[in-house]
Amino acid sequence: MPQREIELILTRQLAGYLAMPILVVDDQGDLLYYNEPAESIVGCRFDEVGAIRRGEWSSIFKPTDDYGSPIKREDQPLFIATEQHRPAHRRYWVQGLDGVSRQVEGTAFPLIGQSGRCLGAVGIFWEIKDS
Amino acid sequence: MKVTLWGTRGSLATPGPESVGYGGNTSCVEVRGRDGGVLVLDAGTGIRRFGDSLGPETTRVDILLTHLHMDHIQGLGFFAPMFESRMEIHVWGPSSTTMDLRSRLSRYLSPPLFPIGLRDVPCQLEFHDVVSLGGFQIGGFEIRTALVCHPGPTVGYRITGDGASVTYLPDHEPSLGANPLIEDTDWISGLELAAGADLLIHDAQYTAEEYPQHVGWGHSALPDTIRFAAAASVKRLVLFHHDPSHSDAMLDGLFEKARSSNDIPFDVIPGIEGASFEL
Repeated sequence: MPQREIELILTRQLAGYLAMPILVVDDQGDLLYYNEPAESIVGCRFDEVGAIRRGEWSSIFKPTDDYGSPIKREDQPLFIATEQHRPAHRRYWVQGLDGVSRQVEGTAFPLIGQSGRCLGAVGIFWEIKDS
Repeated sequence: MKVTLWGTRGSLATPGPESVGYGGNTSCVEVRGRDGGVLVLDAGTGIRRFGDSLGPETTRVDILLTHLHMDHIQGLGFFAPMFESRMEIHVWGPSSTTMDLRSRLSRYLSPPLFPIGLRDVPCQLEFHDVVSLGGFQIGGFEIRTALVCHPGPTVGYRITGDGASVTYLPDHEPSLGANPLIEDTDWISGLELAAGADLLIHDAQYTAEEYPQHVGWGHSALPDTIRFAAAASVKRLVLFHHDPSHSDAMLDGLFEKARSSNDIPFDVIPGIEGASFEL
């Protein structure tokens, strides 16, 4: 794999110290990293699975609305941040690799690096325990 | 190529009897190709003596700045070739998100911090932002650059020429938030630039005991520098950017201990002002 950009490296290091679940994707939408708090949402430890390609993790994640209907990719915050380079937020349900559905508030924002390079996006999640 | 260290001190020029051995001038390294091409890595106070060493046969110098902290640019206004109209000087370095390289440098090289402005120097002066370039060619040198872990826009350089390579990371904290280094080398700042280099010139400002008080300042502890060089499988490591408070005696002790207490598969060389390396 190629060397990661410094902005991605620093984002991963910051995420590694924060207590909110955080996902980092690259400009292709591949899931590069998620921190320990995000493991309960994804359903497995990052150290066990490592980076996950876009096609794989988006099919695993299966975000749905309150009625169980799939949320279109272009309406998902991380997709909007990665593809349209703008922040996005919504509440939805996700099913992790452990098969459990969880309701989350998800915010995503694009990572625009030095010289305006689009490097990917960051997704931050808050699991809603009492809805 | 020949690599010469004209300044190895970090942060602040440190003249005095206690720094005569390693030198007191701040970061400046000359890289000279067999074809006579001359690159200068950083323009710390060491660049003044380097400028005085150039003969009349040299008509072009390329200065590659890693970043614009004062200890890496302070010598620029005292680089004699800047004041010769026959000289062609190219300055390469990082822009910021809002200012180009020339504008950033002008903040220092203009009154009240300096008596004259960049537009007043008589040499033929050109500026090149390197962040968006990634790689470029200067004469017989192939140069690769990447942003690295240090406060503010900061790049490292890998220079390949004459069948050899040197990597220059004078201000670098790859272990920030990842101490010890992450095992997956894709996630280590600067590693690709350093991988397999014949010579790595790398920040080794702090002792292991000093580092916890300076986390995030952008510099490395000596043991982390050695770990980084090992992860990059370099052939020789030059320890660089010595802390101003470290005397010759202290540096002798630190480096000797480091070399004797580790099973290191490469040469560890203390960065001494005036030292040269043939690659």
